[in-house]
Amino acid sequence: MKPETEADLANIVADLNQPVRIVGGGTRGIIGSEQVLSIAGLSGVSLYEPGALTLVAKAGTPVSEIEAVLAAEGQQLAFEPMDHRGLMGTDGDPTIGGVVAANVSGPRRIQAGACRDYLLGVRYVDGLGQVIKNGGRVMKNVTGYDLVKLMAGSWGTLGVLSEVSLKVLPKSESIAALAVQVGSVAQAVQTLSAALKSPFEVSGGAYDPAAGHVLLRLEGFADSVAYRVDRLKTELAGFGEISEIEDGETLWRSVRDVSMFSDVEGDVWRISVKPGAASEIAARLEAEKLLLDWGGGLIWALVPEGSDVRTRLGAFEGHASLVRADAETVQALGRFQPEAAGVAALSQGLRQRFDPNGIFNPGLMG
Amino acid sequence: MEMPRPNPDVLARKQNVLARLQQVLPADAVIHDPAETRAYECDALTAYRCPPMLAVLPSTTQEVSDVLRICHDEGVPVVPRGSGTSLAGGALPTADCVILGIARMNDVLETDYDNRFIRVQTGRTNLSVTGAVEEEDFFYAPDPSSQLACAIAGNIAMNSGGAHCLKYGVTTNNLLGVKMVMMDGCVVEIGGAHLDSGGLDLLGVICGSEGQLGVVTEATLRILRKPEGARPVLMGFDDNEVAGQCVSDIIKSGILPVAIEFMDTLCIKACENFAHAGYPDCTALLIVEVEGSEAEIDYQLSKIIEIAKRHNPVELRESQSAEESAKIWLGRKSAFGAMGQMNDYMCLDGTIPVSSLPEVLRRIGEMSEEYGLPVGNVFHAGDGNMHPLILFDANKPGDLEKCEAFGAEILKLCVDVGGCLTGEHGVGIEKRDLMSHQYTPQDLEAQMAVKDVFDPRWLLNPAKVFPLDVSEQRRSVPIAAE
Repeated sequence: MKPETEADLANIVADLNQPVRIVGGGTRGIIGSEQVLSIAGLSGVSLYEPGALTLVAKAGTPVSEIEAVLAAEGQQLAFEPMDHRGLMGTDGDPTIGGVVAANVSGPRRIQAGACRDYLLGVRYVDGLGQVIKNGGRVMKNVTGYDLVKLMAGSWGTLGVLSEVSLKVLPKSESIAALAVQVGSVAQAVQTLSAALKSPFEVSGGAYDPAAGHVLLRLEGFADSVAYRVDRLKTELAGFGEISEIEDGETLWRSVRDVSMFSDVEGDVWRISVKPGAASEIAARLEAEKLLLDWGGGLIWALVPEGSDVRTRLGAFEGHASLVRADAETVQALGRFQPEAAGVAALSQGLRQRFDPNGIFNPGLMG
Repeated sequence: MEMPRPNPDVLARKQNVLARLQQVLPADAVIHDPAETRAYECDALTAYRCPPMLAVLPSTTQEVSDVLRICHDEGVPVVPRGSGTSLAGGALPTADCVILGIARMNDVLETDYDNRFIRVQTGRTNLSVTGAVEEEDFFYAPDPSSQLACAIAGNIAMNSGGAHCLKYGVTTNNLLGVKMVMMDGCVVEIGGAHLDSGGLDLLGVICGSEGQLGVVTEATLRILRKPEGARPVLMGFDDNEVAGQCVSDIIKSGILPVAIEFMDTLCIKACENFAHAGYPDCTALLIVEVEGSEAEIDYQLSKIIEIAKRHNPVELRESQSAEESAKIWLGRKSAFGAMGQMNDYMCLDGTIPVSSLPEVLRRIGEMSEEYGLPVGNVFHAGDGNMHPLILFDANKPGDLEKCEAFGAEILKLCVDVGGCLTGEHGVGIEKRDLMSHQYTPQDLEAQMAVKDVFDPRWLLNPAKVFPLDVSEQRRSVPIAAE
């Protein structure tokens, strides 16, 4: 099923009598029903006002198309959505609807915010085939409940997105990447915290244990970046040897896409934690490879196939989701961290109300 | 503006409810004397008043839970209240309700600079959150004009913004987690010091739900390191359209100021008389502020000034000192108070696409003539959030009604040009009946379904946000005997 318009989409959903797997570009490795509902036919940028920092696009619009339209005006999606293709071993064209449905945000999340923070409005089709809108295309909007945030990261389980409107930002004139040599996760997180506590607007903070260095990113006008690089180097002098890295853009793209785990066997987990807890959590993971992003607040872990990371972690503040594994493991462990009873009841209640017949990606989120 | 009639069954059980509440709260935390409950009869939307049946001032999450459980048992509506600064009537009581005031819960629970968050009880005021982290040069970013008085609880309920949210976002972008008491007394924890939700983004829908989904007693908030410095520039124009074009050109140039504020003639004069900030006499005034080191500020302001010059400003003045900057901002932040010295006023809060600014201002001017009521405009120009202030005389019969009708026209216009009814104040009772202009019955049904899940009996702040006729069936569900 591949509707070409929102009205078609609504009609198709209204007539559905069995579960569907909702797919944009199909690059993020969702498994589920054999029956596929593709939104790729709903495509195109419907409105772009650079002077208002606003873009509206149909949900199936390829991310590459949006990025090209923005780049022509010197603007960008500031939340820097990850491209999952390398990590997941998928092909296809990632769509903006997929990005929003999965709330995909990259390294700039720590400074600029997540996808959900840039989502101004949505149109979607609920489980009964009704077209619903929420939010709009203006940056400040508190008119009624914020279903926009609820739809971001709902992985299609509450409705099928047909259109999204996004806040966009100017692309930086200049970028600098610094590497600080450190010897442990604990030292890395201390260094990252020191950098992120500074007033120098660090827009990326990662740690690659294999390379033994913390990576920091500074962006903005050229003079300003040069100034802040100097000041940050002074501030971090005691933390380890500091060097500047030439091709910052490529490097940060590889952090964003977790490229070091591509083509390497093993399951991939993504764990969101308080940065200060990262060292202890990382130790408990027994991972074969690690990558820390978000100043230590996001841990990517490569572990042997079929291992249950959540059991090893026990109770902690945050959540662990299974990003890459075979179908059997995903089936057994579930992609998402089980929620506490009170919260799970609320989530379950919402899914039941938005999709009463349980046809949208059933079981994916609980 | 109508409110639902009080439920006589609830009023008849007042003594019983009071006795139960007194069992779980200290004596001074339960207010029942009509002379004292009057203190809670309104919020900052003072045109509407109604003393509550009772008011309670719990000091702990456990006490909040006890109060809600009892009210749930008894079928008593509860209206949560932060500092009572809502301009939309978000904390307006009904005669059969219990006001749950959170003001006594104002402690800082945890401050963590390494992980860049603070955990507070939500009765704490907005500005005192920044106050708690200032000595380490940190701040809490959302800065509503009422920040000296307004509580974090209300900020979360209304998803409050402020002048600097062009760069830093509004409350929802700075809220990491909550501890929340559900109407049945259960306590849930959502989010925390980590980023993003592991499941559905419940935090996202709780923020801005106007106290209708639960009572948030603790909040984890993102704190940021203060920039090295900040400096505003003033620019005056003879034409609103030109000022609007200048804003658009600044944004397109790749500079992201922390704030771009707009004022029209009436507001400029009122604020100047109030704050003596040296505002020029012109049609449209912009205050544009940038942040960073001295050199970065110089660089950004020079680019901004270069753009402004292309639009023939009648005044272009960079602040020369911290004192002057403070005065410039004092003028802007006192806009409501300054207008209040001229007459009674109603403050609107619609948002429009920035490109519609000239058209909307022109239409407001025309309507002002038609209604015979003056309007001043202050405006977060970078993000399209307007604050038209309609002046009227509350003592003149019919003036309030005329003003409300005028206000409704303006808000409908905001929606019609692609914007919305409210950018940061919330719907409350004020814009409740206009919701059907922005949303279809299905859109509203989807939102109300969320409340059905969180508060199935519709006891929390029930007469707000949704048009009364739309929510009536849900609100009038009879309470099953316990």
